Amino acid sequence: MRRLHSFNGGAHPAEHKAESTARPIAAAPLVPLYVVPLRQHIGTPALPLVRAGDRVLRGQAIGQAEGYVSASVHAPTSGRVVAVEMRPVAHPSGLADLCVVIEADGEDRAIDLQPLDWRGMEPSHLRNLIRDLGLVGLGGAVFPSFIKLNPGEAGRVETLILNGAECEPWITSDDLLMRERAREILKGAEIMQAMLHAGEVVIGIEDNKPEAIAAMQAAVREMGLGYEVAVVPTRYPSGGAKQLTYLLTGRETPSRGHAVEVGVQVFNVGTAYGLHHALAEGRPLISRVVTVTGHVASPQNFEVRLGTPIEDLIRAAGGELEGATGEIIGGPMMGFDLQDRAAPVTKAVNCVIVKDAQRFPPPPAPRACIRCGECARACPARLQPFELYWYARARDFGKTQLFSLFDCIECGCCSHVCPSHISLVDFFRYAKSEIWAREREKEAADAARRRHEFHVWRLEREKQEKAERLARKAVAQVKEAEAAPVDAEAARKKAILQAAIERAKQAREGVTPRNVDHLTPEQQHQVEEADARRARLHAGAEDQKETENQP
Amino acid sequence: MAAGGLTLGAVLGWASVRYRVQEDPLVEKIDAILPQTQCGQCGFAGCKPYAEAIAKGEADINRCPPGGEDGIRRLADLLGVEAKSLGEGLEHKPKSVAVIDEDLCIGCTLCIQACPVDAIVGAAKQMHTIVADRCTGCELCLPPCPVECIHMEVIHEDITTWKWRYPVYSIRPVRE
Amino acid sequence: MTGAPFSLGPRNSTPRVMLKVLAALVPGIVAHYWFFGPGIVVSLLLTSLAAVGFEAFVLLMRNQPVRLHLTDGSALVTAWLLALSLPTLAPWWLYVAGSFFAIVVAKHLYGGLGQNVFNPAMVGYAALIVSFPLYMTQWPAPLELAVHAPGWADAFDLVFAGQGALSPDAYTSATPLDSLKTQILAGRTVEAVLGQPIYGLLGGVGGEWVALAFLAGGAALLAMRLTTWHIPLAFLAAVALSAGALHLIDPARHAGPLFHLMTGGVMLGAFFIATDPVTASTTPLGKLVYAGGAGLLTVVIRTWGGFPDGVAFAVLLMNMCVPFIDDYTQPRVFGKTARLRRRAP
Repeated sequence: MRRLHSFNGGAHPAEHKAESTARPIAAAPLVPLYVVPLRQHIGTPALPLVRAGDRVLRGQAIGQAEGYVSASVHAPTSGRVVAVEMRPVAHPSGLADLCVVIEADGEDRAIDLQPLDWRGMEPSHLRNLIRDLGLVGLGGAVFPSFIKLNPGEAGRVETLILNGAECEPWITSDDLLMRERAREILKGAEIMQAMLHAGEVVIGIEDNKPEAIAAMQAAVREMGLGYEVAVVPTRYPSGGAKQLTYLLTGRETPSRGHAVEVGVQVFNVGTAYGLHHALAEGRPLISRVVTVTGHVASPQNFEVRLGTPIEDLIRAAGGELEGATGEIIGGPMMGFDLQDRAAPVTKAVNCVIVKDAQRFPPPPAPRACIRCGECARACPARLQPFELYWYARARDFGKTQLFSLFDCIECGCCSHVCPSHISLVDFFRYAKSEIWAREREKEAADAARRRHEFHVWRLEREKQEKAERLARKAVAQVKEAEAAPVDAEAARKKAILQAAIERAKQAREGVTPRNVDHLTPEQQHQVEEADARRARLHAGAEDQKETENQP
Repeated sequence: MAAGGLTLGAVLGWASVRYRVQEDPLVEKIDAILPQTQCGQCGFAGCKPYAEAIAKGEADINRCPPGGEDGIRRLADLLGVEAKSLGEGLEHKPKSVAVIDEDLCIGCTLCIQACPVDAIVGAAKQMHTIVADRCTGCELCLPPCPVECIHMEVIHEDITTWKWRYPVYSIRPVRE
Repeated sequence: MTGAPFSLGPRNSTPRVMLKVLAALVPGIVAHYWFFGPGIVVSLLLTSLAAVGFEAFVLLMRNQPVRLHLTDGSALVTAWLLALSLPTLAPWWLYVAGSFFAIVVAKHLYGGLGQNVFNPAMVGYAALIVSFPLYMTQWPAPLELAVHAPGWADAFDLVFAGQGALSPDAYTSATPLDSLKTQILAGRTVEAVLGQPIYGLLGGVGGEWVALAFLAGGAALLAMRLTTWHIPLAFLAAVALSAGALHLIDPARHAGPLFHLMTGGVMLGAFFIATDPVTASTTPLGKLVYAGGAGLLTVVIRTWGGFPDGVAFAVLLMNMCVPFIDDYTQPRVFGKTARLRRRAP
C-alpha cells in the first residue's frame, strides 16, 4: 500500500453522484447543426481550414494548431460548413468566439482512418501527430497533451499519475468511463508511459467509486500491467493535479510550476482513453463523455460529439424538469453559469448540471468577515483567504500578489465554508483578471512609450539632418565663391578629376544591353522613343516631388 | 548629555547614509502610470511632458482622460495627495482605435505625420492603414485628415480580454 | 455576478457561531448566579439592551442595513463578555457607558464588525477602570461570605436607584487578587494570606467555580470547532509558566500558577476574549505568539502593575501587535519554499 500524504484543508460537499451513475454511458444522438469552436484548449486558437460552403467528413481537420501551445480541431460529423463566425460559447462571460458551424448531412461519413504504429515512431513526430489529432487534457484544463507527453530534459518522469479522483460533486463521467472502458484507459496509459519513460504508473481514485476501483483493478490484472490503483479518501479537491500529486507522492508542485519539475506527470483518465483511440484507430478527438445531471428527467452520461449544442444534450437526457433555474457547466464547486444554451459542448465541458431552486438556492446575503479563519483551514493551497479578500476588496492588487493570489487554484473551498457567506473566490477571480488586464495595459503603454520616444527622436534626427544639409550647401557655396580666384594647380587637378568622373559616367552609360547591338533602324527608332518617354516621365515625377515637398 | 547627543547624532547620520532610499526619479514613476496615449488632452505635448509638469507641481493630476479615475487614484497614491475627479471639460471615453476608410483615403500622409506612435503605415499617393495593435486611440490623426476618412471604433472585450467583475452583492438602501 | 461555488457548505453561519458562543458562556453565568447572586442577570440584561441599542443606532447613522447586521449577534456577545468582566450591582450608567465604549468607540468607529483592532468588550472595561476606578473595585462578595446577601430587589435597587439602598460594606469585599496584592505590599507572605477564608480551595470562594464553568464552556467551544486550541492553550500555559517561575523564585511574594489560573478573568480571557477572531492573530504560529504574550503580560501586570487584574490590558496590548505578528508568521504556501514576508510591493 502506498503511503498517502494528506493536503491541508479541503471540504466535503454533498456528493450527488448517484443521480447519474444509474445508467450506462450512452451515445448522444446526432443533431442537425454542430457549432465547433476553434478555441477548445489553452493557448492559441486553431486556424480555420474550411470556409462556408465546404463539405467536411467526420474526423476531418477544420482547424489547424497554431503556434506551440495549441491543438487541432476536427469535424464531429459529415456535412456542409454553413459559416465560420462568432457564436456564443460555454464561457463564464457568455461572449462569442470563432466557431465552424456545420450542417450535418446525416450520413456521418468519416475520413479514411488509419491506425498509427506509434511504437516505432520518432518521439517528436509522434507528439506532432497527437497535436494534429486534437488531444488535450479532458479533466477540464484542456492543456494540449502533446506538450505534457514530452519527458523534457530529464528524459523520463518518475511517476505517471492517472487522475480518476473526480472529486467534484455531481460529475460522474470519469467514474463511468473507468467502470465501462477500463482497458482502453489503460492502453492509453501504456502509450503515455512509453512516451514519458515513466518509472511507475499510479491511478488515483477517490474511495466513493468502488465500482470504478474494482474495474480498474481487474483490468490492470488482466492486462498484466504493474500499475497501482491507489484509493484516496473522498475529500474535495483531491482531484486537483497538485493535490493528487501530493497525496500520492508527497511532492509539492512548485508554485507557478509544473508537476513534471518534481518528476511527476498527471493525466486525466479521459485523456488516456482519448489517446488510445487517437493512435489505435487514427481517430481524432471529436467526442467526449459528458455528465448531464441535476433537474433533468433522466440524468445520464453521454458520449457527445464536440460541437453539440448544450440544449440538444439536455434534451437527450429527457429534457429539464419543471422549475429549472439555469445550467452549470462543470461541477458546482468550480463550474460556471451557462449564459446561452445554444453554446456547444467543447473539450472542456465534462458536466452539465440543470439547476433548480431547491438544490441550488440563491446565495444568502453576505455578512461581515469576522476573520474566523475557517477559509484558511479549508484552503488546500495553504493561503490566508480572508487576508486576500481584504486586499482584493480594497483593490490593493500589489498586496494580493504578495499574499500569493496566484497560488489560488479557485477550488472554492473557502467560499464553501465561509460562515458569513462571502463569495471569496469571486474576489480572487476578479483580482486575477484585473491584474492580467493591467499587465496587458502596462505592456501596451510601454510599447507606446518606446514608439513615441522613437518618433520624437526620428523627428529630431530629420530636423538635424536637414539643417546639416542646408549648412553644408551654404558652406559649399561660400567655398566655391572663395575658390573663384584661379589656382592653376588646383584647377588642373580638378579638371583631371572631373574628366575621370566624366569617363566613368560615360563608361557606365556606355554599357548597353547586348541585344541592341545589331538593330534595324526601325527598332532603333522604337528604342529611342521609349527612352524619351521614360525621361519625360522621370522628369514629371521629379516635378511632382518638388511640389509635394513644399509645405 | 553632550556625548549622548553626539552619539545619537552619529548613529542617525550613519543610518541616513546606510538606509538611504534609492528612489527612481519621480518623473519616471509618474510617466509609468500615465497611459502613454500621447494624446495631448492634458494640454502638454505628450505623456512625458505632462509627467514632468506634475513632478514640478505645475500641472494637476486630473488632466488625463484616458487614464481615467483609476489613473488619477494611482497618481494621488504616488504623490500622497487627495484623488479628485477628472478636470473641467475632460471626458473619459472607452478605449478605441482609429480606423481609416480605405475607399476614401487619398494618401496625403498628413495623418502619418500626426501619429505620435508611428502606428500608421503608408506612403504618398498610397492608401494608408492603421496598425490596430499600435494605435493608442489618441485621436490626433482625426483633425488633419482632409477627407475625414478616419473614425474611432470602440474596442469591445472578447474572451481573452474579458474580466471578472467586481463582486457586488449587498444592496444598500440609498438615503434620499 | 456570483460564480462558483454554487454549493454552500455545512450549515453554519455567523449568527449561528455567535449563538454558540453565547451558549458556551451559560455555564459560567449560572455559576456566577449561584455564587454571587442575581446581580449578574441584571447587568447582563442591561449591557445587552444598551449594546444592541447602540449597535442599531450606529448602523442607522452609518446608513447600513440594520436588520442584516443586527442579527449577526456580535453585539450580544460583546455585551455578555463586558458584563462578565464588570462588577455586578454597579450603577446602571456604568454598564451603559461600558457598552458605549465597546460598541460605538471600539467597534463602529473602526468600521464595524470585522474591522476593529481592539477587543470591544476589553476597551469598554479599560475605559471604565481608568474613568471610574472606585466603582470598578467594588465587587460583591460571595454570598456565603457576605454580611448581607443581596436578593433580586436589592439588585434592582442598587443598579437603578443608586448606592444609598445598601452600604457597600454590607455586600462587597475585596477580590482575592486585590486583597492578595495589598496584603503582600503590607509585608505578609502568600502562604499566610491564602489561608484566609475568601481564598477558597483553588483561588477564591465562588470565583474558582465560575472559572471552572468557563473552562467547561471553553471545552465546548473547542469541541464545536468554533476556536482552535492554539489561543486558549498558549494563554493558559503562559500564565501558568510565568506565574510558576515567579513562585519558584520567591514563594513568599508570588502566588502559584493554580491561583493565577483560577482567579480574575484568566479563564474567561483564555477561551472567550483572547479568542475573538477579529482582534486575534490568525495564523497558527501567530496565535501561539499572541496568546502567549497576552498570558505573560497578564501575570506581569498582576505582579507589578497598578491594577489588580491584567487580562484586559494584556489582551489590548497584544491586539496592537497582531498585524505585526501576522506578518511574520504567515504559513508556507503550498509549493513555495519560504514563508511569506510582507514587504512593500
